[in-house]
Amino acid sequence: MCTLSRQRKGSIHELVQMILRERFCHQRLPEKPVGMESQHKHLLELLRRTAVHGESNSVLIVGPRGSGKTMLLNCVLRELLEVKDVNKNVLPVHLNGLLQTDDRIALKEITRQLNLENVVGDKVFGSFAENLAFLLEALKKGDRSSSRPVLFILDEFDLFAHHKNQTLLYNLLDVSQSAQAPVAVIGLTCRLDVLELLEKRVKSRFSHRQIHLLSSLSFIQYLDNVRSQLSLPQDFPDTNFYDEWNDGIKTLCEDQSVVDVLQRHYNSSKDFRSLHLLLMLALSRVSASKPAIKPTDLLEASRVCMVDSKANILHGLSILELCLIIAMKHLNDIYEGEPFNFQMVHNEFKKFLQRKSHSIHNFDKPVVIKAFEHLQQLELIKSMDSSTAKIQKEYQLMKLLLDHSQIMEALQKYPQCPTDVKQWAMSAFG
Amino acid sequence: MVRYFTRLRMRRIYKWGGRPYIFDRKLKSYGFEYLNMSVEGQEAVTTVTPGQYILIEGNDDEYPFVAKLLKFFGDESHKQKKALVQWFLRLSEVPQNKKLLLGRSPHPQEIFYYLGRACDNEINAESILGTVDVQHVPEDTPFPEPGTKDTLYVKLSWDTKAFNVLDPVLMQDTPASTPPKPALPLFPPCASPTATPVSRGPVRRALPTPDPTVMRRAGSVSDTRATMSAGKRSTLEAESIHSASKLSASKILSAKRRGSAADTPGVRKKLQLSIGASPGKKMTRADVLCELLDEEMESEKVISLKLSSSVSHSLQHGCSLSPMRSGCKTPNGQRRFPWKLSSISLDRLSPTALGEQDLSRATTPSRRKESAMAIRKPALGVLAEEDSEDSPMQPIALTPRSKRKSAQLVSLRIRKQLNLLDNTQELISDGDDDCFVPSKKDLQSSSDEEKTDSEEETRGRNCKTSVRTPCKTPSKKKDLQSSTDEGKTESEEETVVRKTRGRNCKTSVRTPHKKPSKKVTPSTPRHATPSIPSRTVPARQPGNILEEARARLHVSSVPESLPCREQEFQDIYNFVESKVMDGTGGCMYISGVPGTGKTATIHEVIRCLQHASDMDEIPTFRFIEINGMKMTDPHQAYVQILQKLTDQKVTADHAAALLEKRFSNPAPKKETTVLLVDELDLLWTRKQNVMYNLFDWPTRRHARLVVLTIANTMDLPERIMINRVASRLGLTRMSFQPYSFKQLQQIITSRLNKVKAFEEDALQLVSRKVAALSGDARRCLDICRRATEICEHSTSHPSSAGLVRMNHVMEALDEMFSSSYITAIRCASLQEQLFLRAVIAEFRRLGLEEATFQQVFVQHRALSRVEGLQPISVSEGLAVCQRLGACRLLLLEASRLDMLQRVRLNVSQDDVLYALKAVRD
Repeated sequence: MCTLSRQRKGSIHELVQMILRERFCHQRLPEKPVGMESQHKHLLELLRRTAVHGESNSVLIVGPRGSGKTMLLNCVLRELLEVKDVNKNVLPVHLNGLLQTDDRIALKEITRQLNLENVVGDKVFGSFAENLAFLLEALKKGDRSSSRPVLFILDEFDLFAHHKNQTLLYNLLDVSQSAQAPVAVIGLTCRLDVLELLEKRVKSRFSHRQIHLLSSLSFIQYLDNVRSQLSLPQDFPDTNFYDEWNDGIKTLCEDQSVVDVLQRHYNSSKDFRSLHLLLMLALSRVSASKPAIKPTDLLEASRVCMVDSKANILHGLSILELCLIIAMKHLNDIYEGEPFNFQMVHNEFKKFLQRKSHSIHNFDKPVVIKAFEHLQQLELIKSMDSSTAKIQKEYQLMKLLLDHSQIMEALQKYPQCPTDVKQWAMSAFG
Repeated sequence: MVRYFTRLRMRRIYKWGGRPYIFDRKLKSYGFEYLNMSVEGQEAVTTVTPGQYILIEGNDDEYPFVAKLLKFFGDESHKQKKALVQWFLRLSEVPQNKKLLLGRSPHPQEIFYYLGRACDNEINAESILGTVDVQHVPEDTPFPEPGTKDTLYVKLSWDTKAFNVLDPVLMQDTPASTPPKPALPLFPPCASPTATPVSRGPVRRALPTPDPTVMRRAGSVSDTRATMSAGKRSTLEAESIHSASKLSASKILSAKRRGSAADTPGVRKKLQLSIGASPGKKMTRADVLCELLDEEMESEKVISLKLSSSVSHSLQHGCSLSPMRSGCKTPNGQRRFPWKLSSISLDRLSPTALGEQDLSRATTPSRRKESAMAIRKPALGVLAEEDSEDSPMQPIALTPRSKRKSAQLVSLRIRKQLNLLDNTQELISDGDDDCFVPSKKDLQSSSDEEKTDSEEETRGRNCKTSVRTPCKTPSKKKDLQSSTDEGKTESEEETVVRKTRGRNCKTSVRTPHKKPSKKVTPSTPRHATPSIPSRTVPARQPGNILEEARARLHVSSVPESLPCREQEFQDIYNFVESKVMDGTGGCMYISGVPGTGKTATIHEVIRCLQHASDMDEIPTFRFIEINGMKMTDPHQAYVQILQKLTDQKVTADHAAALLEKRFSNPAPKKETTVLLVDELDLLWTRKQNVMYNLFDWPTRRHARLVVLTIANTMDLPERIMINRVASRLGLTRMSFQPYSFKQLQQIITSRLNKVKAFEEDALQLVSRKVAALSGDARRCLDICRRATEICEHSTSHPSSAGLVRMNHVMEALDEMFSSSYITAIRCASLQEQLFLRAVIAEFRRLGLEEATFQQVFVQHRALSRVEGLQPISVSEGLAVCQRLGACRLLLLEASRLDMLQRVRLNVSQDDVLYALKAVRD
């Protein structure tokens, strides 16, 4: 009996993890995009007109990273394809600026996805020029009422604008502005100045429709959103557990420490992607023995999220390396951020050894050089010269890539840090 | 049907015959009775007299122009030789879109009496290639059986708009050629031109062709010429084969003809080359060559002696042979040696050949055909012709064999004696196709050669439906090479040669149904028809007024007329029209910012001109459009132009050469080409040769090319073109001004065309706004379209949506013109906003518009302390900075610089402060 219930519990918590993970990892589209109803309507209407009336259009969806551009588009496409008339009538073509890095590749991909006749198997034959001519010919032969509308979806639209002559964009937008096969060109980008990237002829052919996804989400809405994101769906099989979990989430969101954590996150960034990262970390602490998210989980997750990566690296340094860092800090203070070289750091370090140190031994110079190089490899210091080969290692000019606060913080947390080193770091001048 | 000596680039010599009479006192021109044509270095002279039908050199070498000669005249100095002609058209010369008017499939030999006025009927007499037979076929009589394939038939006339029944009177008006079969040039030349009508086939072949003996003797001079022409031809040939599958049967035919014409010089050259190539082996090679040639001579001689019906012929034979023989003997001087051998091998071979012929009887005629070709053995061809004149019952028996097929010739002769003249028709009608020699492929392996042969053969068979034997030429050539290379003893080589030959013909005989498509590589489906699949559900038509308005306002919908560009329209129209009327060429440069109707106006002009030419107000012309943006490389322009002109697909270099030729050579019936080059600036190359050519062609005398170029900037010629290009572009320039608000308003109203969807004020607002910003009509239409959408959405029921009002338009304008930066800043997270403030604070402190992240971050931390926020870590700060950079609110250096990356604002400080102030209030 006992084992049975535990098994059930175990399976339930796995189910919860699965449902929520799908949500947080963007594997499942939400029922309805939150906070972008008007944009959703606009885009849906636009694409519906292309699909149903054969009207050519072009539109840009602009929004910062993680603002839900792709999610919006996918929701619209899903909805569009549910319409009976449209279902078999549109040909979506997905391109990504990061994958199709030039027009040649992009053209092949388009031809492949459209399944035009010069595609044999999975390969597209013919030269670049031939492919372009072929595609244009194909689009030219179509007309508004009889050919299937093609939806060109250009992810990372700004990268397409860097292609040579913007040939692809010109041609797609030109088709969208002429009596050829109906097309809709949908660009997704996070750059607000994307129109300035377009060449004037290309720009003139673009319809200048931009859908901006700029969330003006208030903190209350943000909190509501967190709650709904963590809540289980209504069709959850176990109603008892469902009630239990959702109540737990409700109380969690009212907890002051949790609200503080979320407020901090909200202040830092409003996008859902970073929120999902946070919730994911909290979710992963849910297990069969602890079938709920506690405020501590969220606090811990937040700490992991917010942690300074460089301070972490400092914790792993040796005492010698730490001393070198402190010496560099003093040099920075003295010379007001001017670059330094190894010799200067070494002198500073030797001064410390002679005058203040009780616990640190005298290291040989090669050992110190090794430590210095290690710091360089960790990119805590960076060479200022472009040509490293010409100057002797000891005299290469370097700059410290650490903030004073980071160094002090690291010293506080450094395990068994000698006090004289700490004091040296704290002192105003070496 | 037609011989292809046009290909042979021979220098033809034209001489007036008869005594001149004054034709026109004023112009001081003299009329002449006839014209003698001869080929340099050859005895044969062809006489052309008015009333005959002639072939005239054109840009299509396999289909020369056909015309009836009306009159010869020249100037006092006799330097210029002119002729007046009545043109005939082949179907291929009828514009593509009019071909359907014929209403039936054309007869391959059909030509049309040309009634149009567009073509100059005065030609340069030196472009005459020779004569042709033209028959008038009454309207309801079917075309004669394909027996007399070298005759062209006229049934209809073509007046640039329609095909009409040809009035027979027109065909008979010239007294010189009262019979429908006009007299043909006679041989020997001294005969009076109209004296005896002769059987045509063989006579044809007597026309000027290079005499191999002469060529041989002439040595390097004639050889290089042959080489050049052969080389050129071979590329053309390759191209024609390349596109063969696309071409109609007749075209394939012509490609082959071209090939056959090409082979002789190529072969000759080959022989010479192989002699000269390696001096070490010179003797052996020369031996082999001479031996092979001699053997052929020998066999021919033997044959002719054996078989010819009259002694005189054989005598002539001997005469014509001797120079050649001596020619080839010279290199080594071993005269007697090969004779024996060849006779031996002849004996050896004849049974095989006989057997083969028994297998396929039908092969004979075509082979005879091949041999009859004067191109190969002109001297002998002349002979054959004489034979046929004298004794038309025995043309076969007298035909000299192709020198390569001497052995088979023996059996052939025997056979011919047995069944004389079964199919004279075929003999005459059959083309010279068999001798097709892909001269480029000489160096390929023998198996390749064989394949090509049989393929070629099959192709020819397919189109002609007459069985014929494969061409032996390539294998022979290959034999030559192999034998010379291997350096075997002569007898051995001889057998090798024989064997290969036998094999060669057998394979090709046995595999008659190899498809020509084999040549087209299956990996590249070049002829795939580009198309987008059609939709299953038809597109819905606009339902209400707003939808209707939206459809009309779409840039793609072609308006009935283009308002506001009347002046520009008229200027361009006049320019193009005058050029088309005069048959001259010219360039025009049109500039203007995007969306000012440049391309649309030109299309409108062309539409009107096309209409005018349909109404027969102006001569017909062709319109071709290329766009610099729609090609991957400036040199693709050539490819696209050529493809649109002739439907050929070739490489850029080759296309440039072909176009160059097309535009610089005179072609009497050329129609004017109007070429629109859109986005001209994209055709810029470092050497500017594409632009140079585009502007240079129209200046050629015979080009008849009008080039209209479009670009955005007015000073493009001065800015990017080097002097010689800009100078050729000329000064015919036009600039399209941006539309004024009134014009934009007019454009919208004319597009809406009484669909009442907009308030008058709303329209005015849109047009004023756009006119103030760019004057781009596209933008204007897009805004209006967006306004209709907003209007539709603003009301709950789409059907009850009223007019587009001011507020809708305002909203649309706002959407399209307002910068999104301020909204973006307002919507940014608190830390992001703080960072922007920190950036400004740091800029103020530094007095610069640039700071490193480290510096800004210090400010940021101080600010967050002031704001009472928990300070964020450096990592978080960097993340915030990167987010702002991705939106391009900030401009950042590469992120690998970490804390040292420099930060700049991409918006003005005032905007940032304004946006942030509004947030805090």
